[in-house]
Amino acid sequence: MAALSPLGAPPAGADETTPSEPPKVELVLDVSGSMRANDIGGRSRISVAQQAFNDVVDALPEGTQLGIRVLGATYPGDNKAIGCKDSQQIVPVGPVDKQQAKGAIATLRPTGFTPIGLALRGAAQDLGTGETTRRIVLISDGEDTCAPPDPCEVARELAAQGTHLVVDTLGLAPDEKVRRQLLCIAGATGGTYTSAQSPEQLTNRIKQLVDRAKDTYTQAPAIVTGSGECNNAPLLSPGVYTDREQFSEHRWYRIPVRSNQELRASVSVALDRPLRRDYGVLLRATATDGRELVRGTDAGSGTIDVVSTGLRWSAGDPDDEPTPEETEPAGADAVTTVCLVVSNSFAPAAATGGPGMPVELTIDVVDASPAPNAPGLGRGWALLAVLAVAGLLTGLIVGWLTRWWVAVWRTN
Amino acid sequence: MRNHVIRAAALGAAAFGAALLPAGVAAADNATPSPGATTVTTAGTSFLTATVVNPGQPVRVSASTGDYLYWSFNATAGQVNDVSITVTLPPAKSRHGGSVWAVEVFDGLRRRQACTAGAQTPMAAPDAASVTLGCTLRRVRPWAEPWSGDPLPGTYYVRLSVTTLPEEDRGLPTEVEMLIGSDGNSGSAPEDGDLKAPLVPAAKPGKVLAADAATATAEQSGEEDGGWFDGWFDGFSSRWIWTSVGGILAAVGGVVGFALTRRPRHRSVG
Repeated sequence: MAALSPLGAPPAGADETTPSEPPKVELVLDVSGSMRANDIGGRSRISVAQQAFNDVVDALPEGTQLGIRVLGATYPGDNKAIGCKDSQQIVPVGPVDKQQAKGAIATLRPTGFTPIGLALRGAAQDLGTGETTRRIVLISDGEDTCAPPDPCEVARELAAQGTHLVVDTLGLAPDEKVRRQLLCIAGATGGTYTSAQSPEQLTNRIKQLVDRAKDTYTQAPAIVTGSGECNNAPLLSPGVYTDREQFSEHRWYRIPVRSNQELRASVSVALDRPLRRDYGVLLRATATDGRELVRGTDAGSGTIDVVSTGLRWSAGDPDDEPTPEETEPAGADAVTTVCLVVSNSFAPAAATGGPGMPVELTIDVVDASPAPNAPGLGRGWALLAVLAVAGLLTGLIVGWLTRWWVAVWRTN
Repeated sequence: MRNHVIRAAALGAAAFGAALLPAGVAAADNATPSPGATTVTTAGTSFLTATVVNPGQPVRVSASTGDYLYWSFNATAGQVNDVSITVTLPPAKSRHGGSVWAVEVFDGLRRRQACTAGAQTPMAAPDAASVTLGCTLRRVRPWAEPWSGDPLPGTYYVRLSVTTLPEEDRGLPTEVEMLIGSDGNSGSAPEDGDLKAPLVPAAKPGKVLAADAATATAEQSGEEDGGWFDGWFDGFSSRWIWTSVGGILAAVGGVVGFALTRRPRHRSVG
């Protein structure tokens, strides 16, 4: 056993998290007819957006791959069926040729419909699949005029497809429907929503979002599908995982833990859709026979992105308590299989359907930290004072007793 | 000779008094930027992407209302950390009502940490220009039972969010300033025990194991089993030194006390 394990497991110190592919971002710009409106600091929305894009292309961080996609840019007619297929990639995702990109941006003229759902699907395809997070920055001023598909549903579906995709949205018009839609898209993918108030703010925000692709650039978690019961649950090694969980669903996982090791698990459930006000998440670790070992729980109310909790568990002293589910003879190497179950108490605000809520699971198995077994020793200034005073008093008493005894002895 | 002994005892007692005094004095709020620290201008948007910040390093980020901002910092045993955040709100004329902000701190296992002091969820009035949030954490313990939620050494996450906000006010520009202070890291921890591995979460993607690999792949730890003396000598702690010094002091005290009682007799003899 001891000889076998080094073959299977990588050394614990080799926590190499630098991904092998560059950060990838795609800007998706709405070039529908309404972008002609002159309401951002006296300039037209499209000219402000073009200016912002030029600045972003100029300030692009080294190594970040950028693409640009437009929607509603070419078809000026009234036929909705054609207008709603109007989305093109004008700069392919890759190392950016700044002159070529700026040239492509300069030719954009506000023209057609607003097929946001189609553009999001296109952007997800442009970015491809891979091991890192993909970011889409969507800049729009109008409600989707092509639903169905509802762009918010499209965003949730894309996020659930496996590629770790985040859509950040920027609204150029202070319109309630636009804001709702963009908030919904951002919320469904763990992105942000910004309402652009001035050209400078728009530029700075897009720059920040593009930089964030590089700053927050990590390997996306591994995809796992938890099962409905412990027996056939997937066995997990230390690392980060992602899964999806429906309302009131239980998802089980199994983790092998040696008796001198400690299991650490944490879970975050993302609130990617409108929910009732109060909610909670529960993470339980149980033995294979169903006995609960430990639980972590958290609850809250109000808007929030994720609810998280975590737990630690170690087998304790193997001499004291032999566990029945051990698959090896007792001793330091005995392996216990611990079942983890993630459950939630969310309530949907509206009719539910589609993929479940995103679950992020972090598993770690480390050396157990036994309870401190301090011998009967003391510490601190008070201890020294007490000992010194006790010594002094003892000396005095012994001294006086000696004097008294000597005096008595002399008189006799 | 006897005078020497007495003077030494008096000096020792004075030294004790002096040493005892500062133990009770706790340092006050220490949330000031450390000199020369570079300002951090980014924030993460999830636990995995949280921006790492050092205590004393100022953070200044522009954000949109409704963003969830994450930072992480590292704490060691004995520290008391406090987080102070100031959010500059969008101009009052573009807002439609009050808002409730929240700063939440989580440990490396994403378990919520209690704040012992500070305005954790303050309400910003509709006409307020800024809102101040604060959270003082419990003292980090060197060891705690696996079943407890006590603060342990390792990573801590700070999340800033707005929990109640009129929907029209989402996405407006704000400016966030944050500073993490840490205090009371006075070398030796006041408690016994230590955590074998700090609560630093795994960051790399995991691998699903094949069903029969369960026993083979559980990572082996290099822990050696101790001998019979386990429990007596496991972890030579500072308690050994304290107790030994106490024994020496008691012996000296005994000699001094004994010497004091000799004085009158010597005088009568002399």
